[in-house]
Amino acid sequence: MSALLLIEQVLNGLQFGVMLFLMAAGLTLVFGVMGLINLAHGSLYMVGAFAAAAVAAATGSFLLALAASLTAAALAGALVELAVIRRLYDRDHLDQVLATFALILIFSEGTRWLFGSFPLYLDIPDYLSGPVTLPGGIRYPLYRLALIVIGLLVAAGLFLLIARTRLGMRIRAGQSDREMIAALGVNISALYTMVFALGAALAGLAGALVGAIQSVQVGMGEPVLILAFVVIVIGGIGSVRGALIGALLVGLTDTLGGALLPSFFSLFMDPASATSVGSALASMLIYILMAGVLVVRPSGLFGRV
Amino acid sequence: MTEPVLEIRDIRKAFGALKASDGISLDLREGEIHALIGPNGAGKSTLIQQIAGGLRPDSGTVHFLGEDVTALPAAARARMGLARTFQISSLAMEHTVLQNLVLGALGARGGVFRFFRPVMKDGALLEAAREAMAAVGLEELARTRVADLSHGQRRQLEVAVALVLKPRAFLMDEPMAGLGLEGSRQMTRFLDGLRAEAPILLVEHDMDAVFALADRISVLVYGRVIATGTPREIRADSEVRRAYLGEEDMA
Amino acid sequence: MSREAVLNGVIALGLLAVPLWAWAADEPFVITLATRVAILALAGVGLNIALGLGGLVSFGHAAFFGIGGYAMGILASHAQSYEPLMEWPVLIEGTRSMPVIWLVAVVASALAALVIGALSLRTSGVYFIMITLAFAQMLYYFTISWPAYGGEDGLSIYLRNSFPGLNTLDPIQFFAICYAILLAALFFTARLAKSPFGLALAAARQNAARVEAVGIRPYRVRLVAFVISAALTGLAGALFADLNRFVSPAMFGWNISGEIMVLVILGGVARLFGPVAGAALFILLENVLGGISEYWQVFLGLLLLGVVLFARGGLVGLIAGREATHD
Repeated sequence: MSALLLIEQVLNGLQFGVMLFLMAAGLTLVFGVMGLINLAHGSLYMVGAFAAAAVAAATGSFLLALAASLTAAALAGALVELAVIRRLYDRDHLDQVLATFALILIFSEGTRWLFGSFPLYLDIPDYLSGPVTLPGGIRYPLYRLALIVIGLLVAAGLFLLIARTRLGMRIRAGQSDREMIAALGVNISALYTMVFALGAALAGLAGALVGAIQSVQVGMGEPVLILAFVVIVIGGIGSVRGALIGALLVGLTDTLGGALLPSFFSLFMDPASATSVGSALASMLIYILMAGVLVVRPSGLFGRV
Repeated sequence: MTEPVLEIRDIRKAFGALKASDGISLDLREGEIHALIGPNGAGKSTLIQQIAGGLRPDSGTVHFLGEDVTALPAAARARMGLARTFQISSLAMEHTVLQNLVLGALGARGGVFRFFRPVMKDGALLEAAREAMAAVGLEELARTRVADLSHGQRRQLEVAVALVLKPRAFLMDEPMAGLGLEGSRQMTRFLDGLRAEAPILLVEHDMDAVFALADRISVLVYGRVIATGTPREIRADSEVRRAYLGEEDMA
Repeated sequence: MSREAVLNGVIALGLLAVPLWAWAADEPFVITLATRVAILALAGVGLNIALGLGGLVSFGHAAFFGIGGYAMGILASHAQSYEPLMEWPVLIEGTRSMPVIWLVAVVASALAALVIGALSLRTSGVYFIMITLAFAQMLYYFTISWPAYGGEDGLSIYLRNSFPGLNTLDPIQFFAICYAILLAALFFTARLAKSPFGLALAAARQNAARVEAVGIRPYRVRLVAFVISAALTGLAGALFADLNRFVSPAMFGWNISGEIMVLVILGGVARLFGPVAGAALFILLENVLGGISEYWQVFLGLLLLGVVLFARGGLVGLIAGREATHD
């Protein structure tokens, strides 16, 4: 494999990684602050994608579509938090799993009801389509490059938010000591709704951004959700930094594994079986990575014991 | 002189900058009650954890029955005959008194991985459980769920589960905690008789009980044993008075 | 007899009576539905050992359901094509014999559970949930990308496998097989819950430190429970594949894990017959609500939400009342 192709795959891995980070950040924040496992996070990703596709179809504006994805997912998140999620904070994890599983069913089938079973398409806007030539003569799709940049900007913004703002201070306090923030007179239920809506907005944004390179359809959220779980298991549940490192690791491992393993096996196998062995192994690579991290650090790379 | 049943040699454990155990050595000999006292935050719980096997020391060793058990997990130490009671009652809350004791008897006997015979009809286990129940006077509550027991009854059950293990040594973390005057007196009388079965390493805040029961007392302050001796010696020790009692006179 | 025991009897007889009636009335579709109930109940009985007795919230039991399914698919497809699975170093041929397939399904899912459990049980709580889910997803993607056994399209088996002395293509006879296995599994689980192992497992759920302090390692007890639980769910997977004469990666899907868990919860966690009641309710809802609306899962979701938020004992709990102590 040539160096150019390799760089392209690394960029693909980065792009995949930052999008996973947008998903994983919300999950890990919600777990860190509220102690809640939310299976329906993938539904918020889907809500963002559908909102974007619907608004793009109506207005033709990609930026409005992105704004719609953020707004719709944040609203859906806040609504779900107020109606269901806040009854689950004091429950055990089994109840949280079941109730949020129920939410998946409601969201998925409800969306199918509204939009039908056929996938929608969200087009990349003209000003972001086509390839761009990077230093070193690498031609790379501009849109994917934009995803990397947006993802990194959002990550930086999130870190600033947590490090510098009042909301961030409360989030950090909530992660280390829930009773203390109550003692400080912070309105906890408003804080929880806000954190949940923030996580939802990030997931919705990811759904819209990825929706433009894949199709927008019911069930698109859950595979990403499970990958985001792998990310935060690797990074350590509750740690935003861990989520970023984990997401990049998973993104790169998955992309590079898929690209490199088949050619690696073709060094000593016939092409057909090299492709099948290579791609089968590549499909399991991130889970093997997760297993490896678990053996060495059961609570993840940045997890608190 | 016979070898001590339990021997802790130069145990060190730090959490960041905090030295919870700063070179602790002590031992427990056959037939004695060795009390471990010290102000809050002295590192008693950390030490108990390391002896029981819940925490690995950074350095130093724990010997039990002449064997180095420093690397063994808690369950293995329990199987060798090291029975502990917890500071906060630690029982299977949905199970009955009898079930908790049968579980103890099962742990002591072994044979957990049997899947077909009803455990609550196993004569040998039931007998061991009943014996321990009688020893602490809980017979009438055999079928009561732990969740429905009073605090004092849970403390008794906690000791009974240790007893059912037929241990070679007891490790007791504040068995009197929250018992009230009469309860403490009963427990004191009970532990007094228990030392004949197996020696007791006793962590306790109730000084009346400690000075009534202990053959030896060790005083732990800031992760160090500052004195070990008979109750009389400890009462007279000037360093103990200074560090632990803050120069207060001891009644 | 306690109220729960009476209810259990009613459920068991009901699950037998419905297909017998359907047989007499010549309604093979109803027999097939009853067979689905029995098979899903078996999968739930398996999960309930980990979830109900052991408190291990496995969201990855589809892994074992799928492995059981593929054990059937792979063995039967080789028998179908007369190509041996392996010629060297020993000759292994496919088979159509159900008992052999079941054995392979049980052993394969138990082995997988040993590995997955050994890794996942190093953690607990949310980690355990996510990791079990992730490992099931790994197998899902593996079966999709492994072309030898149909890849994404799965494997079709033209004839149902055979059982000595029975005609397995007759719906009522195949139902009888599944029902008998379900009853055997229920009997085994009832004994298990009262056994020394069951006591230790239930105690480890309530208080791991206590179990450890009496000399029993909770990790080992949980691992063995996870393996037994997976083996039963794997067996259910083999039967499910035989019912449909088809296996595909969908058997490994996360929603299968969710559905097995949901039927356990709908029926009542840690109740012996909870999974049976839950499976019956699930299939009933699927067919009644599914007849009314294509989007019946919205209502399933709402119902599940209601059960979780307001009726935690599930169906058996609702009818039989609070759980009695186990002795």
